Amino acid sequence: MSTPTRTPTGAPAHLTGPGGGQVGDDAQRPDGVLKVRGEFAYGSDLWMEDMLWGATLRSPHPYARIRGIDLGPALAVPGVRAVLTADDVPGEKVYGLELADQPVLAVDVVRYQGEPVALVAADHPETARLAASRIVVDYEVWEPVTDAQTALGHPTWNKVHETTPEVTELSRESAHLHPEGNLVRHLKVRTGDPSPTADVVVVNEYQVGMQDQAFLGPESGLAVPTEDGGVELYVATQWLHVDQRQICSALALPPEQVRLTLAGVGGAFGGREDLSMHVHACLLALRTGRPVKMSYNREESFFGHVHRHPATMRYEHGATRDGDLVYVKAEIYFDGGAYASSTPAVVGNGGTMGIGPYVVPNVHVDCYGAYTNNPPCGAMRGFGSVQTAFAYEAQMDALAAALGMDPVELRCRNAMAEGSATPTGQVIDSPAPVVELLRRLEAMPMPGAPGDEVDLRDMPGGVSNTTHGEGVRRGVGYAVAYKNVAFSEGYDDYSTARVRLEVVGGEPTATVHTAAAEVGQGLVTVEQQIARTELGVDQVTVHPKDTTVGSAGSTSASRQTYVTGGAVKAACEAVRAQVLSRAERLVGRSVPDLRLTGGAVVSDLEGIAVPLVDVLGDEPVEETVEWRHRPTEAIDPETGQGFAHVQYAFSAHRAVVDVDTELGLVKVVEMACTQDVGKAINPQAVVGQIQGGTAQGLGLAVMEEVLVTDGLVRNPSFTDYLIPTILDMPPMRIEVLEYADPHAPYGLRGVGEAPNISSGPAVAAAIRAATGLALRRVPVRPEHITVEATADR
Amino acid sequence: MRLTCTVNGTQQSVDDVWEGESLLYVLRERMGLPGSKNACEQGECGSCTVALDGLPVCACLVAAGQAEGRRIETVEGMSEGTALDPVQQSFLDAGAVQCGFCTPGLLVATRDLIERQGRPTDPEIREALAGNLCRCTGYEKIMDAVRLAADRMAADR
Repeated sequence: MSTPTRTPTGAPAHLTGPGGGQVGDDAQRPDGVLKVRGEFAYGSDLWMEDMLWGATLRSPHPYARIRGIDLGPALAVPGVRAVLTADDVPGEKVYGLELADQPVLAVDVVRYQGEPVALVAADHPETARLAASRIVVDYEVWEPVTDAQTALGHPTWNKVHETTPEVTELSRESAHLHPEGNLVRHLKVRTGDPSPTADVVVVNEYQVGMQDQAFLGPESGLAVPTEDGGVELYVATQWLHVDQRQICSALALPPEQVRLTLAGVGGAFGGREDLSMHVHACLLALRTGRPVKMSYNREESFFGHVHRHPATMRYEHGATRDGDLVYVKAEIYFDGGAYASSTPAVVGNGGTMGIGPYVVPNVHVDCYGAYTNNPPCGAMRGFGSVQTAFAYEAQMDALAAALGMDPVELRCRNAMAEGSATPTGQVIDSPAPVVELLRRLEAMPMPGAPGDEVDLRDMPGGVSNTTHGEGVRRGVGYAVAYKNVAFSEGYDDYSTARVRLEVVGGEPTATVHTAAAEVGQGLVTVEQQIARTELGVDQVTVHPKDTTVGSAGSTSASRQTYVTGGAVKAACEAVRAQVLSRAERLVGRSVPDLRLTGGAVVSDLEGIAVPLVDVLGDEPVEETVEWRHRPTEAIDPETGQGFAHVQYAFSAHRAVVDVDTELGLVKVVEMACTQDVGKAINPQAVVGQIQGGTAQGLGLAVMEEVLVTDGLVRNPSFTDYLIPTILDMPPMRIEVLEYADPHAPYGLRGVGEAPNISSGPAVAAAIRAATGLALRRVPVRPEHITVEATADR
Repeated sequence: MRLTCTVNGTQQSVDDVWEGESLLYVLRERMGLPGSKNACEQGECGSCTVALDGLPVCACLVAAGQAEGRRIETVEGMSEGTALDPVQQSFLDAGAVQCGFCTPGLLVATRDLIERQGRPTDPEIREALAGNLCRCTGYEKIMDAVRLAADRMAADR
């Protein structure tokens, strides 16, 4: 194992305390005190005395050939220690999560604005940036492909609120951005009658804009060269081992020489699943022999990570006069941007769950992911399910209107339940309380109407003083959604946990070591709670997350509490079995009801209570366990049929909005949410996930969009890309249901993503209800409301 | 240039400060005080909020030279020893800390709010903290934390 010469300031330490908190308790975070004292070190806080700063030169063009690069002017800047291009990448020049198609540094061609072209290391961050800006790149600028349908040679539809290019029939050969063509994946779901008919049919097209994860902690890390010619990388990321695999490949080094440690992570939401500065910092550190820190500023962050796929969708829903769904046809296009990232899996989710949590006998879905010259898109919380939920839930409302039915009634009539089959032929084999989620929402009290005394802060437009209530109309909208938990379609999805039980300072103490990334969600708390519960000890230490233990899989897909939680539980059980057999040797016989509790080995039947410190003595017990959830299957490429997903999460939202119909301004008055979590391991953290997910869904519904014109990003800053503030977020009512999934540890269900999926469609529905407008595109901008309203008159 | 200012009650001098550096950069990279965070570096997110002569400011928008001779309080100076300030404790108790990147700025802004207004109403809290972005919590638990801190500080008076 490579060992760095020195450890940087800000390298993570073992997290101990606070004591207390079993599974099911509101346990406090072990990193909480550090965080409120400003002592918790994030990736951008790492520091070493002699470190250099790295900077990245990025392409200003969405599509261009590089005719030449002149590094001379950059090398001439005093304080510059290295300037690197693709020629300096010793191993594979391309990397990727699912397909290796993305250059570490551009090779001959750039395919999106912001693609890394060259790197600089210097002794001050401004020097590095200045030198990068002096590199002269000679580009032959090409016409970018900026539309997914165009990229595939499919006819484009008339898009809402956008001027679109003429319908084109570009062949894949003439427009191809990658050797295999522009199609990343086409997923088909086929079930029932291919040509169904119905009494009532609604057809609509929908669009969802490109959302940014907007985690607050920038992409950052520190690479330290090691004495054996390797590198140690401290980095804020979501999956250490998949990073390690890609870094090793690019550096042409074995895993023994590339050790990763998780630095403090300031939020992730999918945006850290792909590499950003990882390989770049390592290249610079290996070249200079000095530690190199890289930390993006906000503008660079917008170019430095993938976004949520924008989507263009056409849905056709058919139902009987009584409101029974007969069929759904859907065509879904995800714009994957310049490189594949996780587009194949996003297409998998979008396609397999693209009609929502409803039982429909006849389904015909085509879901496409395409390469374009737009910014690369990949993972973001809700992963392919957020986009389709906007469409299928709007369709349910449109269908209800066409039938003259109540929208919640229509949903309940067609809702999935345990035992229902999904369109992919999977029978739901654990609770699916879709109807109860909706009925409980309906039963919640409504917020009061605005009082006679106007408080501007409650009005759309707020203290801008744009209305005192005139032109303001209230609307209520409902939405329900479901999403797979953990990795799907036959992926070997596992986590590894090492648990050690020993006597430290006279106290029995457990240490939990996993590589599972803590990104803010509170997994470190859950790891402690599980160890306390399973081992009957109070003191549990969380080891820094690194690659000296096996992979934990990604902190994504709402999976870590399930999968790493499952691994920690399994490792604790293995430790416990050893401790109990030691205790039996100690008492000299087998005792059937022996268990660990309160720091002792206890048998109620035989009245035994041996302190753990006596059983352990000075011999620790340690076990490392690789744990898997039950396997899933690949789906049939022609029909989409198969046991694709191990678990589903369900949530529903009710949104109440006030809309100033004259100015198009929206004030969300209240959000209510119901969610089934199977078992709340940490109820306070569960509610925190629901609240945070709700906010991100609301953001996409009314304000968040990376605006891209001709492949160029127009708003890469927090001045122009707006995320909800505390003024934008309303009070929330939340009810958490706990129907155990018998297949999951403690019966738990993944929590993080579902509320991000159902909240936005509820807000959009409420705006439609308030305005009576169709509003088929999100985010809904003020001009959409005012322009559509004018067109309606 | 040389910069001298009082940070968390201690006079500090640093040499070789480049004129283009911000107070945030000096605190984080030259004084070893990285508690104030660098989420946007353009005054939009509030994660670098510090008190400058008692007034909350975004340290990223203060040129280093502007801090000459002035008094700066950062999150690192909120509590002494192991005891936490009531605002810090309330953020923990209310579950208002997830990734924690917005937390230092929110703590400084919240303490300023409560010191000025005692027990602010909900609309007052929202107005006062509108410049502090949080991406994890949806702000509900931050509201809870501020109310809790105001109650505790009122009880202590």
